[in-house]
Amino acid sequence: MNVTIVDYNSGNISSVINSFKEVAKDKVNIEVTSNLNKIKSSDKVVLPGQGSFKSCVEALKKIDGLIDTLNEFAITNKKPLLGICVGLQMFADIGYEETETKGLGWISGKVLKIDNQNGKFKLPHIGWNEINIIKDSKIFKDIKNNSHMYFVHSYEFIPEDKKVISATTDYSSKIVCSIEKENIFGTQFHPEKSDKIGLNLIQNFLNLK
Amino acid sequence: MLKNRIIPCLDVKNGRVVKGINFVDLKDAGDPVEQAKIYSDGGADEICFLDITASNENRDIIYDVVEKTSKKCFVPLTVGGGIRSVEDINRLLNCGADKVSINTAAVENSKVVIDSSKKFGSQCIVVAIDAKKNGDKWEVFTHGGRNNSGIDALEYVKQMQENGAGELLVTSMDRDGTQVGYDIDLMSKISSKVNIPVIASGGVGNLDHLVEGIKLGKASAVLAASIFHYGKYSVKEAKEYLDSKGIPVRI
Repeated sequence: MNVTIVDYNSGNISSVINSFKEVAKDKVNIEVTSNLNKIKSSDKVVLPGQGSFKSCVEALKKIDGLIDTLNEFAITNKKPLLGICVGLQMFADIGYEETETKGLGWISGKVLKIDNQNGKFKLPHIGWNEINIIKDSKIFKDIKNNSHMYFVHSYEFIPEDKKVISATTDYSSKIVCSIEKENIFGTQFHPEKSDKIGLNLIQNFLNLK
Repeated sequence: MLKNRIIPCLDVKNGRVVKGINFVDLKDAGDPVEQAKIYSDGGADEICFLDITASNENRDIIYDVVEKTSKKCFVPLTVGGGIRSVEDINRLLNCGADKVSINTAAVENSKVVIDSSKKFGSQCIVVAIDAKKNGDKWEVFTHGGRNNSGIDALEYVKQMQENGAGELLVTSMDRDGTQVGYDIDLMSKISSKVNIPVIASGGVGNLDHLVEGIKLGKASAVLAASIFHYGKYSVKEAKEYLDSKGIPVRI
């Protein structure tokens, strides 16, 4: 099996690479590339994302044909894709970080700044928080409700269709932290930095049929 | 609910841990990679390396240490010490650091924080502040505490937040190494000045100090070196103690 981590200059992805390689061992081939043909021939794709919504979307656009290739992979061919952090946020129609920016539009919704309730909640939301699993998701196999995951973000994805939400976390409000829509998966938290439970989630993604 | 974090810090010099934990089953007590792994296995919420290598020719060793550690530890890794430029930050992040902590360079050249937070995101930019009390205010020191910049720490932290820092690592120089507890006054004043998380550092001698740092100092995270290094307490014991005092921690 070939899994591609999309390298589109969206900041630091070494931790994502290290964690996937740790889980994959020799059984799964992990590619780190923006090569369109390699993405097309992959069995699964991981879309990381750091920095702002705007900078990530711009970085995707800078690579000719990358967005079309991802659309074909995830929407037309319905192959498994995992978005992490801003990688998940970009599934939305629109994001409001820095300025209004169009997303990939795979899952209707928008990305807004977390309401800090007049400074009551510090932003970024940094650290370990519990996830409330509200829907069975294939990537949560063997992961208990209220497990801790590592978060670093100031913006949250608000999908229109609440049925895609597989987990939330409590910070100011119930923040969407995991989604599953058919073949599309996403986590707001960082499985690559969430210790053994995070690696378990990565394993679940790699195990998907 | 968001948990308060416990962050053990390792001082690394020429690629070796300066004050290390002494476990019998440790193959190489001076190996930062092995020490970091022990901390992360023990439940550390993050690991911090402070590179105190003095000579320029040995400065590159830290990159190798970070690279090896990031392949073994799957919790966030923060690296500080000697960071001068956006290029230094880029290199550390590429080696697998999740965050960098910037001290002197943040004072001397505001562009380093502004540019790096734009380029890599605020989430990986920690500004480290060494503060020392002078009369009724605290002043920011640079170069490992050797130079007084004369800058008022409470004004400085607001500026750093504006420049794009994602977190502040605040060390009280008056308390550092004393083991009498954090400078609670300093921590709580800084924490109420900014909307970004504050990590308290400097002066921890027992587990009650960690409790105070969070409850009274309003810190989101507590960093400690010696109490963990010398095996006085394990990270697990620290967490259980905080939990017994009603502080939310990841257990």
